[in-house]
Amino acid sequence: MSDMTAGPRAPADPDVPAMEVRFRGGGFAPESRRWVGVAVFVALIALVEWGTRAGWISPLTLPRPTDVFGTFVELWNSGLLFKHLGPSLSRLAVGAALGASAGILIGVLIGLFSYVRAGLVPLVAALFPIPKIALLPLFVIWFGIDEGSKYALIGFGTFSPTVVATYGAVDNVDRSLIRMGQSFGLSWLSIVRKIVLPGAMPGILSGLRISLAIAIILLVAAEMLGAEYGIGAYILQAGSLYDLERLFAGVVILSLLGLLVSATIAQIERRILGWRT
Amino acid sequence: MDIRLEAISHAYGDTDVLEDITLDIPAGRIVCLVGPSGCGKSTLLRIIGGLERPGAGRVLQVGAPPEGCLNPLTYVFQDFALLPWRTVRGNVSLVLEDHGIRRARARDIIDDVLARTKLSDFAGALPKQLSGGMKQRVAIARALAVNPAVMLMDEPLSALDSQTRELLMDDLIALWTRQPFTSVYVTHNLAEAVRLGHRIVVLSRRPGRICEVVEIDKPLAERLYADPDLDDVQRHLWELMRDEARAAEEELIDV
Repeated sequence: MSDMTAGPRAPADPDVPAMEVRFRGGGFAPESRRWVGVAVFVALIALVEWGTRAGWISPLTLPRPTDVFGTFVELWNSGLLFKHLGPSLSRLAVGAALGASAGILIGVLIGLFSYVRAGLVPLVAALFPIPKIALLPLFVIWFGIDEGSKYALIGFGTFSPTVVATYGAVDNVDRSLIRMGQSFGLSWLSIVRKIVLPGAMPGILSGLRISLAIAIILLVAAEMLGAEYGIGAYILQAGSLYDLERLFAGVVILSLLGLLVSATIAQIERRILGWRT
Repeated sequence: MDIRLEAISHAYGDTDVLEDITLDIPAGRIVCLVGPSGCGKSTLLRIIGGLERPGAGRVLQVGAPPEGCLNPLTYVFQDFALLPWRTVRGNVSLVLEDHGIRRARARDIIDDVLARTKLSDFAGALPKQLSGGMKQRVAIARALAVNPAVMLMDEPLSALDSQTRELLMDDLIALWTRQPFTSVYVTHNLAEAVRLGHRIVVLSRRPGRICEVVEIDKPLAERLYADPDLDDVQRHLWELMRDEARAAEEELIDV
């Protein structure tokens, strides 16, 4: 060390081998690669298209993507698409809104009150694993074969994952912030409104992502009974006739719906969770 | 307003953390609590501010808080405790909203405390954009906004690097010189204690007892960086603490 500061650097000795230090710090950090996702989709569809045209995928195994697209265009042109989409979207919206808001409410109460937690956490844990589809006949008896049972099925399905995500999020709110609120003499309501709820928001929103995906799954189940129109009804009808083109057209619509929901939540997160580091 | 601690003792389960602490905190002075880690100084501070109930003894407020005081006992925390979703201004306004102070009145108070902590230009920034020192200045501004009778500072500079710490100590001295405030200042850093404390209370290792109370008469504004007078005091404090600190350091944690 001392001769480094003492004077000019000694000339490099050509006999001593020098080697550049190899970089070894790369990888393990996800980077954004925007178009890869689209490329995977396109490649898969192209592969199926090629397979069905060349004959090594029989039309009984998979429909030809262009035929599916044709079916979709037909659906659009005949106006049937919106006849199916309309009721489905309203069922999804009403059911998911009911389930998610009840879930957030109960979740926050569980997070805030020990008695509610002790009373309801086991109940939620018992309800969560029940396949709500199995309860459809029960819901039909309780809420009628019309829209009521469909709202109930979707609502119950979104309720339990939302509850679990919400009380987890409330539990995870930084205790030191709550303590700060108490030390400044903030009222209980202010602490809940200004510290607990905003602090739980990231967890609630990521829970909502899962709940809404489940809501879309249950939409098909809800339309098994007593639905003339609806994406689910359309898929089930096509399925029972083994009409693969229509089945796939319906499935694609559900996928697009899922993408839309997820993109909406991402947008909301960007808007209201900009404070996250 | 003075604070009087009368025979405070406290235990977590079977572990005694504080034993028979009797202490007066006179108005307009900064009292530093120092001691080895785990001696219960932060616990004592939480007890003083009513965030924790002492096992025995009591804390008294003697006299009335000053006029316009919204929150007599106000904390400044080591980890700043700023709401990450509120701007600097929003974080200060948080503690005023509950007292019904809004709009113009709130704006006046906020502008005043931000100016006193040299944050006027950063009113619209989010905590994630601020350096550690600025975050702590926001927390100090928030504490000043409620016009506290006593500031309870829990290792306020311990999460900062040493240069920022020096700068903030200067800021605190400037604040105190402009308008003397009462403070209980917990720290494990003796340099901070001799720089800011009028009275330094040395606590022993767990269970924390008062070892010695050292008074420093030199006015805050005249205490300088690496001040020789203060060095003697600091050396004396370290003599008091060294063995305790070593023993505390070698203790197994069983809490």
